[in-house]
Amino acid sequence: MVVEIVRERLLYEWDFVATLADMDLLLLGLWNTIQVFFLALVFGVPLGLGLALGRMSRILVLSQLCSFIIEFFRTTPPLVQLFWFFFALPILISVQMTPFVASVLTFSIQSSAFFAEIFRGGINSIDKGQWEAAKAIGMTRKSSLTRIILPQAVKRMIPAFAERSIELLKTTTLISTVSYADLMFQANELASKNFRPLEVYTVVAIMYFFLILTFSQLTIRLEYRLAKTGEGTLR
Amino acid sequence: MTNAVEIRGLRKSFSDLEVLKGIDLDVAEGEAVVLLGSSGSGKSTLLRCINFMEEPTAGQIRLNGDLIGTEQGGRMRYHEADLCKLRTRIGMVFQHFNLFPHMTVLENVMEGQTIVLGRSKAEAKDKAMTQLLRVGLEMKAEEYPARLSGGQKQRVAIARALAMDPEVMLFDEVTSALDPELVGEVLKTMLQLAEDGMTMVCVTHEIGFAYHVANKVCFLHDGLILEQGAPQFVLQTPETQRVRDFLAGHSLFKLPN
Repeated sequence: MVVEIVRERLLYEWDFVATLADMDLLLLGLWNTIQVFFLALVFGVPLGLGLALGRMSRILVLSQLCSFIIEFFRTTPPLVQLFWFFFALPILISVQMTPFVASVLTFSIQSSAFFAEIFRGGINSIDKGQWEAAKAIGMTRKSSLTRIILPQAVKRMIPAFAERSIELLKTTTLISTVSYADLMFQANELASKNFRPLEVYTVVAIMYFFLILTFSQLTIRLEYRLAKTGEGTLR
Repeated sequence: MTNAVEIRGLRKSFSDLEVLKGIDLDVAEGEAVVLLGSSGSGKSTLLRCINFMEEPTAGQIRLNGDLIGTEQGGRMRYHEADLCKLRTRIGMVFQHFNLFPHMTVLENVMEGQTIVLGRSKAEAKDKAMTQLLRVGLEMKAEEYPARLSGGQKQRVAIARALAMDPEVMLFDEVTSALDPELVGEVLKTMLQLAEDGMTMVCVTHEIGFAYHVANKVCFLHDGLILEQGAPQFVLQTPETQRVRDFLAGHSLFKLPN
Protein backbone atom coordinates (compact mmCIF):
# COMPACT_ATOMS: atom_id res chain seq x y z
CA MET A 1 0.00 0.00 0.00
CA VAL A 2 2.67 2.48 1.10
CA VAL A 3 4.85 1.35 -1.75
CA GLU A 4 2.02 1.99 -4.18
CA ILE A 5 1.46 5.55 -2.98
CA VAL A 6 5.13 6.29 -3.24
CA ARG A 7 5.24 4.86 -6.72
CA GLU A 8 2.18 6.87 -7.69
CA ARG A 9 3.88 10.05 -6.50
CA LEU A 10 7.07 9.24 -8.29
CA LEU A 11 5.08 8.61 -11.37
CA TYR A 12 3.52 12.06 -11.28
CA GLU A 13 3.98 13.50 -14.71
CA TRP A 14 4.94 17.12 -14.66
CA ASP A 15 3.28 19.07 -17.41
CA PHE A 16 3.95 22.78 -17.57
CA VAL A 17 2.35 23.34 -20.98
CA ALA A 18 -1.02 24.55 -19.66
CA THR A 19 0.61 26.75 -17.02
CA LEU A 20 3.12 28.33 -19.35
CA ALA A 21 0.39 28.98 -21.90
CA ASP A 22 -1.28 31.22 -19.35
CA MET A 23 1.92 32.95 -18.25
CA ASP A 24 0.40 36.34 -19.05
CA LEU A 25 -2.06 35.86 -16.16
CA LEU A 26 0.78 35.18 -13.75
CA LEU A 27 2.87 38.06 -15.08
CA LEU A 28 -0.08 40.40 -14.54
CA GLY A 29 -0.30 39.10 -10.97
CA LEU A 30 3.43 39.67 -10.51
CA TRP A 31 3.08 43.24 -11.75
CA ASN A 32 0.18 43.85 -9.32
CA THR A 33 2.22 42.41 -6.45
CA ILE A 34 5.16 44.69 -7.32
CA GLN A 35 2.85 47.72 -7.37
CA VAL A 36 1.50 47.09 -3.88
CA PHE A 37 4.98 46.29 -2.54
CA PHE A 38 6.50 49.40 -4.09
CA LEU A 39 3.76 51.74 -2.87
CA ALA A 40 3.86 50.21 0.61
CA LEU A 41 7.57 51.08 0.72
CA VAL A 42 7.06 54.58 -0.70
CA PHE A 43 4.48 55.41 1.97
CA GLY A 44 5.72 53.10 4.72
CA VAL A 45 9.32 54.30 4.97
CA PRO A 46 8.63 58.04 5.49
CA LEU A 47 5.71 57.19 7.77
CA GLY A 48 8.04 54.90 9.72
CA LEU A 49 10.57 57.72 10.11
CA GLY A 50 7.79 60.00 11.33
CA LEU A 51 6.59 57.42 13.87
CA ALA A 52 10.16 56.83 15.08
CA LEU A 53 10.82 60.55 15.58
CA GLY A 54 7.44 60.87 17.27
CA ARG A 55 8.23 58.01 19.61
CA MET A 56 11.60 59.59 20.50
CA SER A 57 10.03 63.03 20.96
CA ARG A 58 10.27 64.78 24.30
CA ILE A 59 6.57 65.65 23.98
CA LEU A 60 5.02 62.93 26.11
CA VAL A 61 1.60 62.80 24.40
CA LEU A 62 3.14 62.50 20.94
CA SER A 63 5.62 59.90 22.12
CA GLN A 64 2.91 57.75 23.71
CA LEU A 65 0.59 58.05 20.72
CA CYS A 66 3.33 56.96 18.32
CA SER A 67 4.38 54.13 20.63
CA PHE A 68 0.80 52.90 20.70
CA ILE A 69 0.42 52.97 16.91
CA ILE A 70 3.73 51.15 16.46
CA GLU A 71 2.95 48.48 19.03
CA PHE A 72 -0.60 47.99 17.77
CA PHE A 73 0.46 47.29 14.20
CA ARG A 74 3.37 45.11 15.25
CA THR A 75 1.28 42.92 17.51
CA THR A 76 -1.82 42.29 15.42
CA PRO A 77 -1.82 39.81 12.51
CA PRO A 78 -1.58 41.51 9.10
CA LEU A 79 -4.55 39.48 7.82
CA VAL A 80 -6.75 40.88 10.60
CA GLN A 81 -5.57 44.41 9.77
CA LEU A 82 -6.33 43.88 6.10
CA PHE A 83 -9.86 42.60 6.81
CA TRP A 84 -10.39 45.45 9.21
CA PHE A 85 -9.41 48.09 6.65
CA PHE A 86 -11.32 46.40 3.83
CA PHE A 87 -14.52 45.33 5.60
CA ALA A 88 -14.81 47.35 8.81
CA LEU A 89 -13.65 50.80 7.76
CA PRO A 90 -16.26 51.17 4.97
CA ILE A 91 -19.01 50.44 7.49
CA LEU A 92 -17.60 52.74 10.18
CA ILE A 93 -16.79 55.83 8.12
CA SER A 94 -18.55 54.84 4.90
CA VAL A 95 -15.61 55.05 2.56
CA GLN A 96 -15.67 52.42 -0.13
CA MET A 97 -12.22 51.05 -0.76
CA THR A 98 -11.05 49.06 -3.71
CA PRO A 99 -9.01 45.98 -2.80
CA PHE A 100 -5.99 47.81 -4.21
CA VAL A 101 -6.40 50.86 -1.96
CA ALA A 102 -7.12 48.73 1.09
CA SER A 103 -4.01 46.64 0.39
CA VAL A 104 -1.70 49.61 -0.07
CA LEU A 105 -3.13 51.30 3.01
CA THR A 106 -2.79 48.22 5.21
CA PHE A 107 0.73 47.37 4.19
CA SER A 108 1.96 50.97 4.28
CA ILE A 109 0.87 51.37 7.87
CA GLN A 110 1.77 47.84 8.91
CA SER A 111 5.29 48.06 7.51
CA SER A 112 5.76 51.62 8.80
CA ALA A 113 5.43 50.28 12.35
CA PHE A 114 8.35 47.94 11.70
CA PHE A 115 10.37 50.54 9.81
CA ALA A 116 9.84 52.92 12.75
CA GLU A 117 11.60 50.51 15.05
CA ILE A 118 14.43 50.06 12.55
CA PHE A 119 14.81 53.84 12.31
CA ARG A 120 14.75 54.19 16.09
CA GLY A 121 17.40 51.50 16.52
CA GLY A 122 19.56 53.08 13.81
CA ILE A 123 19.31 56.59 15.23
CA ASN A 124 19.98 55.41 18.79
CA SER A 125 23.04 53.46 17.64
CA ILE A 126 24.82 56.67 16.59
CA ASP A 127 27.33 57.89 19.16
CA LYS A 128 26.09 60.75 21.36
CA GLY A 129 29.28 62.65 20.43
CA GLN A 130 27.90 63.15 16.92
CA TRP A 131 24.91 65.09 18.29
CA GLU A 132 27.30 67.06 20.51
CA ALA A 133 29.69 67.97 17.68
CA ALA A 134 26.78 69.15 15.52
CA LYS A 135 25.35 71.15 18.41
CA ALA A 136 28.75 72.70 19.17
CA ILE A 137 29.03 74.21 15.68
CA GLY A 138 25.61 75.78 16.11
CA MET A 139 23.43 73.27 14.24
CA THR A 140 19.77 73.00 15.18
CA ARG A 141 18.41 69.62 16.26
CA LYS A 142 16.68 69.30 12.90
CA SER A 143 19.77 69.85 10.80
CA SER A 144 21.82 67.67 13.14
CA LEU A 145 19.34 64.89 12.47
CA THR A 146 19.14 65.29 8.70
CA ARG A 147 22.79 66.18 8.00
CA ILE A 148 24.72 64.20 10.60
CA ILE A 149 22.69 61.48 12.32
CA LEU A 150 20.38 60.04 9.64
CA PRO A 151 23.02 59.66 6.90
CA GLN A 152 25.03 57.49 9.29
CA ALA A 153 22.03 55.68 10.76
CA VAL A 154 20.60 54.77 7.35
CA LYS A 155 23.81 52.93 6.43
CA ARG A 156 23.51 50.75 9.50
CA MET A 157 19.80 50.18 8.89
CA ILE A 158 20.08 48.70 5.42
CA PRO A 159 20.36 45.00 6.41
CA ALA A 160 17.40 45.24 8.79
CA PHE A 161 15.50 47.30 6.25
CA ALA A 162 16.10 44.71 3.51
CA GLU A 163 15.06 41.88 5.82
CA ARG A 164 11.82 43.64 6.71
CA SER A 165 11.06 44.48 3.09
CA ILE A 166 11.46 40.86 2.03
CA GLU A 167 9.10 39.88 4.82
CA LEU A 168 6.65 42.52 3.57
CA LEU A 169 6.86 41.24 0.00
CA LYS A 170 5.94 37.75 1.13
CA THR A 171 3.16 39.00 3.39
CA THR A 172 1.51 40.71 0.42
CA THR A 173 0.24 37.25 -0.63
CA LEU A 174 -2.50 37.87 1.95
CA ILE A 175 -4.13 40.44 -0.29
CA SER A 176 -5.40 37.63 -2.52
CA THR A 177 -7.99 37.09 0.24
CA VAL A 178 -9.66 40.40 -0.54
CA SER A 179 -9.77 39.54 -4.25
CA TYR A 180 -6.91 41.75 -5.32
CA ALA A 181 -5.35 40.15 -8.37
CA ASP A 182 -1.81 39.75 -7.02
CA LEU A 183 0.46 36.89 -8.03
CA MET A 184 -1.01 34.54 -5.41
CA PHE A 185 -4.58 35.33 -6.45
CA GLN A 186 -3.78 34.74 -10.11
CA ALA A 187 -2.12 31.46 -9.19
CA ASN A 188 -5.23 30.26 -7.35
CA GLU A 189 -7.39 31.23 -10.32
CA LEU A 190 -5.16 29.51 -12.80
CA ALA A 191 -4.83 26.34 -10.73
CA SER A 192 -8.59 25.95 -10.47
CA LYS A 193 -8.84 26.45 -14.21
CA ASN A 194 -6.15 24.11 -15.51
CA PHE A 195 -6.12 21.58 -12.63
CA ARG A 196 -2.33 21.76 -12.50
CA PRO A 197 -1.73 23.27 -9.02
CA LEU A 198 1.69 21.66 -8.62
CA GLU A 199 2.97 23.25 -11.79
CA VAL A 200 1.28 26.59 -11.13
CA TYR A 201 2.64 26.94 -7.58
CA THR A 202 6.08 25.78 -8.68
CA VAL A 203 6.21 28.51 -11.30
CA VAL A 204 4.89 31.04 -8.76
CA ALA A 205 7.54 30.01 -6.22
CA ILE A 206 10.24 30.54 -8.83
CA MET A 207 8.80 33.96 -9.68
CA TYR A 208 8.84 35.04 -6.02
CA PHE A 209 12.34 33.64 -5.70
CA PHE A 210 13.70 35.76 -8.54
CA LEU A 211 11.76 38.85 -7.50
CA ILE A 212 13.14 38.73 -3.96
CA LEU A 213 16.62 37.71 -5.10
CA THR A 214 16.73 40.77 -7.37
CA PHE A 215 15.59 43.00 -4.52
CA SER A 216 18.14 41.64 -2.06
CA GLN A 217 20.94 41.96 -4.65
CA LEU A 218 19.99 45.61 -5.08
CA THR A 219 20.23 46.26 -1.35
CA ILE A 220 23.62 44.55 -1.15
CA ARG A 221 24.87 46.73 -4.00
CA LEU A 222 23.57 49.77 -2.16
CA GLU A 223 25.46 48.62 0.94
CA TYR A 224 28.69 48.37 -1.05
CA ARG A 225 28.21 51.81 -2.52
CA LEU A 226 27.58 53.41 0.87
CA ALA A 227 30.42 51.46 2.52
CA LYS A 228 32.88 53.29 0.29
CA THR A 229 32.26 56.53 2.15
CA GLY A 230 33.44 56.01 5.68
CA GLU A 231 32.00 53.38 7.99
CA GLY A 232 29.29 51.00 6.91
CA THR A 233 27.84 47.58 7.60
CA LEU A 234 30.29 45.83 5.29
CA ARG A 235 33.87 45.26 6.36
CA MET B 1 38.24 96.56 28.48
CA THR B 2 35.52 93.92 28.33
CA ASN B 3 36.45 90.35 28.95
CA ALA B 4 35.96 87.74 26.22
CA VAL B 5 34.17 85.57 28.76
CA GLU B 6 32.75 86.75 32.04
CA ILE B 7 31.13 84.26 34.40
CA ARG B 8 29.29 85.32 37.54
CA GLY B 9 27.74 83.11 40.21
CA LEU B 10 27.49 80.10 37.91
CA ARG B 11 25.70 77.11 39.36
CA LYS B 12 24.80 73.82 37.73
CA SER B 13 22.89 70.89 39.17
CA PHE B 14 22.07 67.53 37.66
CA SER B 15 18.84 66.57 39.49
CA ASP B 16 19.92 66.71 43.19
CA LEU B 17 23.65 66.70 42.50
CA GLU B 18 25.14 70.19 42.55
CA VAL B 19 28.25 70.10 40.37
CA LEU B 20 29.06 73.83 40.20
CA LYS B 21 28.44 75.83 43.33
CA GLY B 22 29.00 79.43 42.33
CA ILE B 23 31.82 80.11 39.88
CA ASP B 24 33.20 83.55 39.02
CA LEU B 25 35.69 83.58 36.18
CA ASP B 26 37.06 86.18 33.77
CA VAL B 27 38.83 85.30 30.56
CA ALA B 28 40.48 88.31 28.92
CA GLU B 29 40.73 88.54 25.16
CA GLY B 30 43.72 86.61 23.86
CA GLU B 31 44.18 84.83 27.16
CA ALA B 32 44.69 81.08 27.55
CA VAL B 33 43.07 79.75 30.71
CA VAL B 34 43.63 76.19 31.89
CA LEU B 35 41.17 74.50 34.22
CA LEU B 36 42.71 71.86 36.46
CA GLY B 37 41.20 69.57 39.06
CA SER B 38 40.50 65.93 39.75
CA SER B 39 37.62 64.15 38.05
CA GLY B 40 34.28 65.17 39.48
CA SER B 41 35.58 68.61 40.44
CA GLY B 42 33.29 70.21 37.84
CA LYS B 43 35.89 71.47 35.36
CA SER B 44 34.33 69.81 32.31
CA THR B 45 30.87 70.95 33.34
CA LEU B 46 32.16 74.52 33.70
CA LEU B 47 33.63 74.37 30.22
CA ARG B 48 30.40 72.95 28.77
CA CYS B 49 28.36 75.69 30.42
CA ILE B 50 30.34 78.38 28.59
CA ASN B 51 28.84 77.37 25.21
CA PHE B 52 25.64 76.08 26.79
CA MET B 53 26.14 72.44 25.94
CA GLU B 54 24.80 72.33 29.49
CA GLU B 55 22.33 74.99 30.58
CA PRO B 56 23.40 76.62 33.85
CA THR B 57 20.98 76.35 36.75
CA ALA B 58 21.82 79.86 37.95
CA GLY B 59 24.26 82.64 37.23
CA GLN B 60 25.20 84.77 34.26
CA ILE B 61 27.59 84.39 31.35
CA ARG B 62 28.73 87.21 29.09
CA LEU B 63 30.51 86.74 25.78
CA ASN B 64 32.40 89.89 24.78
CA GLY B 65 29.95 91.91 26.81
CA ASP B 66 26.77 90.26 25.53
CA LEU B 67 24.66 88.72 28.27
CA ILE B 68 23.49 85.28 27.17
CA GLY B 69 19.78 84.62 27.61
CA THR B 70 17.11 86.94 28.93
CA GLU B 71 16.33 87.62 32.56
CA GLN B 72 12.78 86.77 33.51
CA GLY B 73 11.41 86.73 37.02
CA GLY B 74 14.79 86.60 38.68
CA ARG B 75 16.24 83.79 36.61
CA MET B 76 17.71 83.37 33.15
CA ARG B 77 15.69 81.96 30.25
CA TYR B 78 17.36 80.57 27.18
CA HIS B 79 15.91 80.12 23.71
CA GLU B 80 17.32 77.35 21.56
CA ALA B 81 17.72 79.66 18.53
CA ASP B 82 19.79 82.13 20.60
CA LEU B 83 21.94 79.31 21.94
CA CYS B 84 22.56 77.98 18.42
CA LYS B 85 23.72 81.43 17.39
CA LEU B 86 25.92 81.70 20.48
CA ARG B 87 27.57 78.35 19.77
CA THR B 88 28.69 79.59 16.36
CA ARG B 89 30.74 82.22 18.24
CA ILE B 90 32.45 79.62 20.46
CA GLY B 91 34.50 76.74 19.09
CA MET B 92 34.64 73.45 20.98
CA VAL B 93 36.98 70.49 20.67
CA PHE B 94 36.13 67.17 22.34
CA GLN B 95 38.10 64.38 23.94
CA HIS B 96 36.83 61.87 21.37
CA PHE B 97 37.16 64.17 18.31
CA ASN B 98 33.58 63.50 17.14
CA LEU B 99 34.40 64.06 13.50
CA PHE B 100 31.56 63.26 11.11
CA PRO B 101 32.64 59.86 9.71
CA HIS B 102 30.44 60.06 6.59
CA MET B 103 32.15 63.23 5.38
CA THR B 104 35.64 63.89 4.11
CA VAL B 105 38.01 66.03 6.17
CA LEU B 106 37.22 69.01 3.94
CA GLU B 107 33.45 68.45 4.23
CA ASN B 108 33.80 68.21 8.01
CA VAL B 109 35.43 71.63 8.11
CA MET B 110 32.93 73.11 5.62
CA GLU B 111 29.73 71.74 7.18
CA GLY B 112 29.14 74.35 9.89
CA GLN B 113 30.16 77.18 7.59
CA THR B 114 27.66 76.30 4.85
CA ILE B 115 24.78 74.88 6.91
CA VAL B 116 24.90 77.19 9.92
CA LEU B 117 26.63 80.38 8.76
CA GLY B 118 25.22 80.19 5.23
CA ARG B 119 28.55 80.78 3.53
CA SER B 120 28.88 79.85 -0.13
CA LYS B 121 30.58 76.56 -0.97
CA ALA B 122 33.53 78.39 -2.55
CA GLU B 123 34.07 80.65 0.45
CA ALA B 124 33.66 77.75 2.89
CA LYS B 125 36.16 75.65 0.97
CA ASP B 126 38.63 78.52 0.94
CA LYS B 127 38.33 79.05 4.68
CA ALA B 128 38.47 75.31 5.35
CA MET B 129 41.70 74.94 3.39
CA THR B 130 43.21 77.89 5.27
CA GLN B 131 42.44 76.25 8.61
CA LEU B 132 43.60 72.82 7.44
CA LEU B 133 46.86 74.43 6.36
CA ARG B 134 47.10 76.02 9.80
CA VAL B 135 46.87 72.62 11.53
CA GLY B 136 49.13 71.08 8.88
CA LEU B 137 46.59 68.73 7.28
CA GLU B 138 45.83 70.35 3.93
CA MET B 139 47.03 67.19 2.15
CA LYS B 140 44.39 65.10 3.97
CA ALA B 141 41.44 67.23 2.78
CA GLU B 142 39.92 64.49 0.61
CA GLU B 143 40.42 61.65 3.11
CA TYR B 144 37.71 60.22 5.34
CA PRO B 145 38.33 60.49 9.11
CA ALA B 146 38.63 56.69 9.43
CA ARG B 147 41.97 56.88 7.62
CA LEU B 148 43.55 59.41 9.99
CA SER B 149 45.54 58.87 13.18
CA GLY B 150 44.12 60.11 16.48
CA GLY B 151 46.34 63.16 16.48
CA GLN B 152 45.34 64.04 12.92
CA LYS B 153 41.65 63.60 13.77
CA GLN B 154 42.00 65.97 16.68
CA ARG B 155 43.74 68.58 14.52
CA VAL B 156 40.90 68.31 11.98
CA ALA B 157 38.45 68.85 14.84
CA ILE B 158 40.39 71.98 15.80
CA ALA B 159 40.26 73.20 12.18
CA ARG B 160 36.52 72.50 12.08
CA ALA B 161 36.00 74.72 15.11
CA LEU B 162 38.37 77.45 13.87
CA ALA B 163 36.64 77.64 10.47
CA MET B 164 33.63 79.20 12.19
CA ASP B 165 35.83 82.19 13.18
CA PRO B 166 35.04 81.76 16.87
CA GLU B 167 35.70 84.42 19.50
CA VAL B 168 36.69 81.78 22.04
CA MET B 169 37.91 78.19 21.76
CA LEU B 170 37.06 75.52 24.34
CA PHE B 171 39.19 72.39 24.68
CA ASP B 172 37.72 69.50 26.69
CA GLU B 173 40.55 67.07 27.57
CA VAL B 174 41.53 66.95 23.93
CA THR B 175 44.65 64.83 24.42
CA SER B 176 43.24 62.31 26.91
CA ALA B 177 42.18 59.79 24.27
CA LEU B 178 45.43 59.94 22.30
CA ASP B 179 48.42 57.62 22.23
CA PRO B 180 51.18 59.34 24.24
CA GLU B 181 53.34 59.86 21.16
CA LEU B 182 50.52 61.74 19.40
CA VAL B 183 49.85 64.14 22.27
CA GLY B 184 52.67 66.46 21.23
CA GLU B 185 51.34 67.34 17.77
CA VAL B 186 47.98 68.40 19.22
CA LEU B 187 49.55 70.43 22.06
CA LYS B 188 51.84 72.10 19.52
CA THR B 189 48.79 73.12 17.46
CA MET B 190 47.17 74.56 20.59
CA LEU B 191 50.37 76.41 21.52
CA GLN B 192 50.42 77.93 18.03
CA LEU B 193 46.83 79.08 18.50
CA ALA B 194 47.63 80.67 21.84
CA GLU B 195 50.59 82.46 20.30
CA ASP B 196 48.31 83.72 17.51
CA GLY B 197 46.26 85.40 20.22
CA MET B 198 43.25 83.09 20.27
CA THR B 199 41.20 83.25 23.48
CA MET B 200 41.19 79.73 24.88
CA VAL B 201 39.78 77.81 27.82
CA CYS B 202 41.25 74.34 28.23
CA VAL B 203 40.46 71.45 30.50
CA THR B 204 43.56 69.27 30.53
CA HIS B 205 45.70 66.96 32.61
CA GLU B 206 48.86 68.20 30.89
CA ILE B 207 50.38 70.18 33.74
CA GLY B 208 53.44 70.98 31.65
CA PHE B 209 51.24 72.49 28.95
CA ALA B 210 49.42 74.55 31.59
CA TYR B 211 52.73 75.82 32.92
CA HIS B 212 54.17 76.84 29.55
CA VAL B 213 51.10 78.01 27.64
CA ALA B 214 48.48 79.28 30.11
CA ASN B 215 48.22 82.88 31.21
CA LYS B 216 46.00 81.76 34.03
CA VAL B 217 45.41 78.47 35.81
CA CYS B 218 42.24 77.72 37.77
CA PHE B 219 42.13 74.81 40.16
CA LEU B 220 38.62 73.50 40.72
CA HIS B 221 37.63 71.46 43.71
CA ASP B 222 34.16 70.31 44.64
CA GLY B 223 32.37 72.76 42.34
CA LEU B 224 34.34 75.86 43.30
CA ILE B 225 37.51 77.56 42.11
CA LEU B 226 39.94 76.84 44.91
CA GLU B 227 42.94 78.74 43.52
CA GLN B 228 43.54 80.81 40.44
CA GLY B 229 46.39 82.86 39.10
CA ALA B 230 49.51 82.77 36.99
CA PRO B 231 50.80 79.22 36.45
CA GLN B 232 54.05 79.98 38.28
CA PHE B 233 52.10 80.71 41.45
CA VAL B 234 49.39 78.07 41.32
CA LEU B 235 51.63 75.29 40.06
CA GLN B 236 54.84 76.09 41.94
CA THR B 237 53.76 77.77 45.16
CA PRO B 238 50.18 76.59 45.75
CA GLU B 239 48.46 78.00 48.79
CA THR B 240 46.31 75.01 49.68
CA GLN B 241 47.14 71.46 50.65
CA ARG B 242 44.55 70.17 48.15
CA VAL B 243 46.46 71.63 45.18
CA ARG B 244 49.81 70.42 46.57
CA ASP B 245 48.39 66.86 46.83
CA PHE B 246 47.03 67.07 43.29
CA LEU B 247 50.36 68.21 41.88
CA ALA B 248 52.26 65.62 43.89
CA GLY B 249 50.06 62.90 42.39
CA HIS B 250 50.92 64.16 38.91
CA SER B 251 54.67 64.11 39.47
CA LEU B 252 54.93 60.90 41.42
CA PHE B 253 57.08 59.18 38.85
CA LYS B 254 59.43 61.42 36.94
CA LEU B 255 62.47 60.60 34.90
CA PRO B 256 65.66 61.78 36.55
CA ASN B 257 67.13 64.87 34.93
